[in-house]
Amino acid sequence: MLVGPSGSGKTSLLRTVAGLERPHAGRISLGGEVWFDARRGVRLSAERRRVGYLPQDYGLFPHLTVAANVRFAGRRDRPDLLERFGIDHLSAAHPWQLSGGERQRVALARALAREPQVLLLDEPFGALDAITRQRVRDELTGLLPKLELPTLLVTHAFEDATALADRVGVIDNGRLVQVATSAQLLDSPANAMVAALTGANVLEAIATPGASGCTVRLSGGGELRSSTTADGPVQIAIHPWEIELTDPSSSTLTDHVVSVRQDRGRLNVRLHRFSVDAAPGSDGQIGIAEGDVVGLRAVPSSVRILR
Amino acid sequence: MTAAAGTGSQRSRDGARAWVPAAGRVALVISVALTIAVSMAFLMLPIVALITYQPLHDLISGLGSQVAVDAIEVSVKTNAIAFVLMIAFGTPFAYVLARRRFPGRSVVITLLELPLVMPPAVAGLGLLVAFGTLGLLGHTLSALGIDLAFTQAAVVMAIVFVASPFYLRGAIAAFEAVDQTLIDVAGTLGAGPVRRMLRVATPLAAGGLGAAAAVAFARGIGEFGATILFAGSFQGTTQTLPLAVYSLFDANLDQAIAIGVLLIAVSAAILLISKLLASSWQTSSKLTSPWRGGRSSFAPR
Repeated sequence: MLVGPSGSGKTSLLRTVAGLERPHAGRISLGGEVWFDARRGVRLSAERRRVGYLPQDYGLFPHLTVAANVRFAGRRDRPDLLERFGIDHLSAAHPWQLSGGERQRVALARALAREPQVLLLDEPFGALDAITRQRVRDELTGLLPKLELPTLLVTHAFEDATALADRVGVIDNGRLVQVATSAQLLDSPANAMVAALTGANVLEAIATPGASGCTVRLSGGGELRSSTTADGPVQIAIHPWEIELTDPSSSTLTDHVVSVRQDRGRLNVRLHRFSVDAAPGSDGQIGIAEGDVVGLRAVPSSVRILR
Repeated sequence: MTAAAGTGSQRSRDGARAWVPAAGRVALVISVALTIAVSMAFLMLPIVALITYQPLHDLISGLGSQVAVDAIEVSVKTNAIAFVLMIAFGTPFAYVLARRRFPGRSVVITLLELPLVMPPAVAGLGLLVAFGTLGLLGHTLSALGIDLAFTQAAVVMAIVFVASPFYLRGAIAAFEAVDQTLIDVAGTLGAGPVRRMLRVATPLAAGGLGAAAAVAFARGIGEFGATILFAGSFQGTTQTLPLAVYSLFDANLDQAIAIGVLLIAVSAAILLISKLLASSWQTSSKLTSPWRGGRSSFAPR
């Protein structure tokens, strides 16, 4: 699983592994087999690498039926695969007649008919609307472990990573920035880009060392305590759900409310400098409104120092 | 209208002023309608005149004459061979030109289109001095005992020379319109270059290829200038239908016109086919991207 912002080189990376793009340098190998080696002049063409490649729109052949699409890969009918993915009743249908989830299953069945050594998925939910996206992602979450194939999936959405992968690599500007579990990425992001990708608030601050950690003075005013020791200019990351809204008069950090939105029993509060995911009051009252000044509080261990 | 707002003595003058642009609009509509009517009449009248020149049974008996029968045979045979050659060589060539980016690509495409704008008579001259007995290659060929000029093979060559650029141009556009991702995916599914072209690119470009082939075929059927210079006009061997029209023009105008009507019918049929193919191509290129115009994800199964 690779996550990265748009334009970070995710698609190029997958296409390079698939043999559709030629890198300038480096080496690609799988198991003991070398697919590409710039120095030794090895370059296996796409049709000689055994990959199951799913491009963003799945790349189903529009002129072929579902069964013929799957047959294209292995040059023989694969009713077993159609059945396994629950698409046997669609075998005579054409791609334009299918829903997003059905298309994904056909594309997976076709990729498996190739008997690939690795599965390459490019933004598998990129073209779907929010509701279909969730359903298709759940479906893939159930399917991927059963395939028992090494899978490289790229996405720009961190929530895809938490749902699908054990190990997540974050790629930026063509470079692998951090490889970790999604929990580790949330807990200790390597840099501001990784933190921002996970949805954390990233702010500039000046740290002053103190007893058990430091005090950070945020640019724009206000202070927070961190349990990490630091000195001088830093960046801090705090997740929206780690911030608590309090009475501004007794708080070392205040901010203006820009908007308040209810979302599945939680409150998404957008402040001038922060985004906060708060619990509504016990009586279900929102209690804050646009333009209010609120105080912010966070436990020192959640105020992460970057750099 | 300013006329409506005018008061007293101004009213009549303003009314006249408003009337002038209104008259101008009427005059414009009339002149546009006239232009269309005159143009249509000019373009259609010769066709109508040919068709109504003689009664139907004279027309049919004109087509039964030996000259006409021979010309039909020569035209069908040479055009069929030229068409097969054009499709067989032109399709892979167009595919490579559409898919590969190489230095000098646009120069190659421009050069291929040159016969498109070249006067056919010049094309015939060119073929003659290239492949004729005294020509550039003809010298070598005649040493080998091959004489191309004024043979049926020369007719085929003339047709291929003037008609294939029409096919190549249309076929390149048709292949360029195919989504590259699908061809890439075919590669990752184990399809080599030939299978990618035959099983993915060609079916997806089929409508555009068919329309281009129809246009090229029509051009080949009507070919005159290059053929008469390079192949001559010998009844039964090199005299195609347009050449027969020309040679019958002095001798038997009724028969010439009968052949003319036949050629109009063939052209009309080809035009209709190419229009149908082009519209089916537009539909199929919509299908190339499964996310456009497709069924909604929420639609019931």
